Amino acid sequence: MKKYYLGIDLGSTTSKAVIINEKDEIVGRGITNTRANYKVAADIARDEAVYDARFNLLQRKIGEDVTKPEFKKYMQDLRSVFQYGQFRRRMESLERMLNKTVSEFNYENKDAILVKLKEIIETIRPQIQHGFINEDLGSKNQFFRDIVSEKYNVEVEAKGKEFYEPLMLAFDKSITPIENEMVQYNFKELVLEAMKILDEKYKGLADEQEDGSYEDWYYAQLNAVKDNYKNVEFTLRDHIEDIANEEIHVAKMVGTGYGRALLPFPEDCIKSEILCHAYGAHAIFPNTRTVLDIGGQDTKAIQVDSHGLVTSFHMNDRCAAGCGRYLGYIADEFGLSLNELGPEANKATKETTICSTCTVFAGAEVKELLHNGEERPNILAGLHKAIVQRAMSLIARSGGVREEFTFTGGVARNEAVLKYVKQMVTDSYGDITMNIHTDSIFMGALGGAMFARRNISADLPTAKEKAKQEN
Amino acid sequence: MSQEAIKEKSMILQKEMIEGLFNDLDHTKELGKKVCYTFVPGNLSELIRTFDMLPVYPEINALQSAMRKKSGGYIKEAEKNAHSEDVCTYVKCDVGMMMKGNIGPTGTKIPEPDVLLLSYTGCFTFMKWFETLKREYPNAKVIMVHTPYQENAKMTPSMVEYMVKQFKEEVIPQMEEVTGIKYDEAKLKRMLALSKEAEDWITKIFDTTKHRPSPIDAYFAGVYYIGPINIGFRGTEQAVEYYKELYSEIQERIRLGLGPITPEGEMKEEKYRLVVEGPPNWTSFREFWKIFYDMGAVIVASSYTKVGGVYDMGWRHDPERPLESLAEYCMNCYTNLNIPQRIDLLSKCITEYEADGYITNSIKSCNSFSAGQLGMMREIEDRLEVPVGFIESDLVDPRYFSYSNIKNRLESYFQMLEQRKMMEKETM
Repeated sequence: MKKYYLGIDLGSTTSKAVIINEKDEIVGRGITNTRANYKVAADIARDEAVYDARFNLLQRKIGEDVTKPEFKKYMQDLRSVFQYGQFRRRMESLERMLNKTVSEFNYENKDAILVKLKEIIETIRPQIQHGFINEDLGSKNQFFRDIVSEKYNVEVEAKGKEFYEPLMLAFDKSITPIENEMVQYNFKELVLEAMKILDEKYKGLADEQEDGSYEDWYYAQLNAVKDNYKNVEFTLRDHIEDIANEEIHVAKMVGTGYGRALLPFPEDCIKSEILCHAYGAHAIFPNTRTVLDIGGQDTKAIQVDSHGLVTSFHMNDRCAAGCGRYLGYIADEFGLSLNELGPEANKATKETTICSTCTVFAGAEVKELLHNGEERPNILAGLHKAIVQRAMSLIARSGGVREEFTFTGGVARNEAVLKYVKQMVTDSYGDITMNIHTDSIFMGALGGAMFARRNISADLPTAKEKAKQEN
Repeated sequence: MSQEAIKEKSMILQKEMIEGLFNDLDHTKELGKKVCYTFVPGNLSELIRTFDMLPVYPEINALQSAMRKKSGGYIKEAEKNAHSEDVCTYVKCDVGMMMKGNIGPTGTKIPEPDVLLLSYTGCFTFMKWFETLKREYPNAKVIMVHTPYQENAKMTPSMVEYMVKQFKEEVIPQMEEVTGIKYDEAKLKRMLALSKEAEDWITKIFDTTKHRPSPIDAYFAGVYYIGPINIGFRGTEQAVEYYKELYSEIQERIRLGLGPITPEGEMKEEKYRLVVEGPPNWTSFREFWKIFYDMGAVIVASSYTKVGGVYDMGWRHDPERPLESLAEYCMNCYTNLNIPQRIDLLSKCITEYEADGYITNSIKSCNSFSAGQLGMMREIEDRLEVPVGFIESDLVDPRYFSYSNIKNRLESYFQMLEQRKMMEKETM
C-alpha cells in the first residue's frame, strides 16, 4: 500500500492541509477558514486535501489526455461543481438553521421576517449555484462563510431597515454552528452528481457567444468541451470507481500553526510553524536562506541553512499590526474584500504616508485621509507599504537577507504587498533572487508533512494508543 | 505534578540571613542604626557596613514585590501619579510601594533612608530614581558617585584614582557625618578579605555547570544564589558560610550525578544547555522557568547573575587596596562593561560550559541591559555558530509578559535545537 504523509497548518485565519507521497511530492492540498472548533477546521482542510489528491490521481490516470483543452476545461468545471455539491449540503443545513433561529425570535414582525428570509434564500441559492457551475466560483479561494455572507448581505440591505437587524442577527447566530458542523461527503456520489450537472450544462451551451462578454480563449475551451464532453465523460467514468476506492493511507502526520496545541495530536506530532514554514519553503526553493512569512497574526523572519533547518528567527511581539488580520481590518474599513485590496492599492499614483502602524489607529487615520480627499488607492498603497516596512524591520533583526529569499504565508497572495517586498528587499540587500510560489500559503503544511515523513517517531494517535494498550 | 520544594541547608541559611536583615530594618531605632538605600550594580556593601549602616536595595524590593504578585498594583499607583508607561518598572514598582506605605517583602514597613547612595551611574535611571526619592525623603542625604564606563575595555589607573578621590572627598566624609562613626579602614579591609573569599566560592559554584548534567541552573536558581552577596552580605562571615555550604551541596549533587533542582523536584533529563543574556521576568518567574525545565533546558551561565559583580575573569576585592578595589568593583559590574567585553564574556561562557544555544531575554523597560543586545546576539551567532533565540518581556510589569507568545517562541527555539542535534548525529 502506498504511504502518504499529512501536514496540517492551523493558522489564525485559515487552516491548510497538504498530503505528500514518499518522494515529498505534493499530492493534495486543502484549505478552509479557521473557526471556533479547531478540530473541524483541521478535519475539513484534511478532507479537502484528500479530495484534491483524488482529483490529481484522476488526472494522472487519464494520462496525456489531460493536456487536451476539453479535458482541461472539463476537469476544472468538475472540481468547481464538485465543490458545489459540498456547498449545497452545508447550505441546506444553514437554511434550516436560519429558519429555526428566526422562528425562535421575539420580534413582533417575526412572520414577516420569515417571509423575507425565504425570499433571500430563494434569491441567493440559484445565484451561488450559477457561480459554481458557470463561473468557476470553486477556484476563487472563497470559503462557505464568505460566499454566503457576501450574497446574503446584499439581499438583506435591499429588504429595508426594519428587517436589517433581525436578518443579520439570524445569520450571525446560525452560521457559527453550521461552520462547526462536520459533514461527511461521499466522493463518488459527489463526482457523479457533478458530472450529471455538467452534462446538462454542456448540452445547453449556445453555439456562439451571445454578448461578447467573454474572452475568445474562454469560448475556445467551451467549444472544445461542447463537442467532446461525452468522450471525456466516458474516459473519466472508467477511472472514477478506482479513484474513489483508493485508500489514501496517511501513515504519519504533523500539526503546526498557532492553534497546533489544540489539535488532537500527540505531543510529538506537533511542530512549530517556524520550522515548518522554513522547511516547506526550502523544499520548493532549495537555495532559500531567508524566509519571510506573513500570516494572519504573525510575521516571521526566518534564517535557514542549506538543509532547510532554522538557524534563527524573529517574530512580531506584542502587536499584530502589519499582519494579515490588519489587512482584513483595512478591507472592512474600505468595504472591500481581501482579494480586492492588492489590485486596488496597485492603482495608486503615490503612497500616502500612514504614520500609525497600530491597526486601530490606522483605521482612524484612513477615515481622516478619505475625508481630506485623498484617493483610495493611494491610501491603500501607503498601508501596504507600512506592513512591508514592519516586516523589513523584523528581517533586519533576524540577520537580514542572505542569498535567496522566499516569501510565504497567506499575505504573499496580495500583489501590492509583493510589489513592496520586492522593492524594499532589493533596496536594502541588492539583487537577490526572490521566490514566491502560488502555493506560498501551503508552505507551513508542506513543511509539516515533510517532517511527518522524516523524524517524527510517533505513529498516528490511534496506532500509538493501540501500542500503549498492548504494552 | 507540583512537589514540595526541596529545602537544603543553604536555603535555610539564606532565609535566616534575609530575615535577620529585615528584622534589623524593623528595629533601626532600637539598634541605633542608620539606613542606606543603594543599588545592586556597583554596590559598596562593605563600606556601608563599615559605618554600621543597614542597606536597602529598592530594585530587590521591586523584584520581590513582583514575585509576590504585588508589582502590578504598585506600578498602577505610580502611573496614577504621572510616571509614564515607559519609565523603568523597577522604579515605578518602588515608587508605588512607597506610596502604599512602603511595606516590604516581609510584610513590615521599610524604614526611611538616611542616605541615598548611588555608586553606579551606568544606569541613568538610578540617578533619576534617587532624585525622585529625595523629594519624598527630604531629610535623606544624597551621595552620588560618578562611575566611568569601560569605554575602551579597561579600567585605567586614572579612572581608579578619579573614583577613589570621590570616595575620600564625598562618600566617606558624608557617611561619617550621617552616622557619627569614624571611617575605620582596618574594619573595611577585614570585610574585603571576606568578600574575596565569598567571591572565590561563588565563582567555583557557577563553574560547576561544566559538569554533565549540570548540577545547578545558573539563571533560575542562580538568581537565588547571588542573593546574599547582592543584598549586603558580601564581606560577612555569614556569606562565606552560605557559599561554602552551597558549594558542598552542589558537590554532592555532582557525586550523585543529579541535575538541577526545580520547583517540581529534580530535573530529569538535561536535553539542552543554554546561556542566557538579560534579567528574568519576575512577575511570572515560575511559569517562565517551567517552560525551560519542562523542555529539559538548563541554563549553564547567565549574564544576569553577574550584575552584582563579574568574577569570571579573575577580578576580586583586594583588602590590600581597599578603596582602589572598591572603585574597580564599581566599574567592573556587568552593565558597565562595553559591548565587546560583554560579547567576550558570554562567548567564554558558551564555550567553556559547552552550551547548545544562546537566548536573549530583552527587557522592555531596562535600557542599560537591552541596548546593544541584538548586535551582541548576531556577533555571538557569527563567531560561535551557536543557535540564538530572542524573546521579550519585562522585569516587574505583569502586562508585558505574554505567556503564550514566549512559550511559542521558546518551543520553536527548542525544536530548532532538537533538529540541529539530529542533524549533527546524522552527519557524525
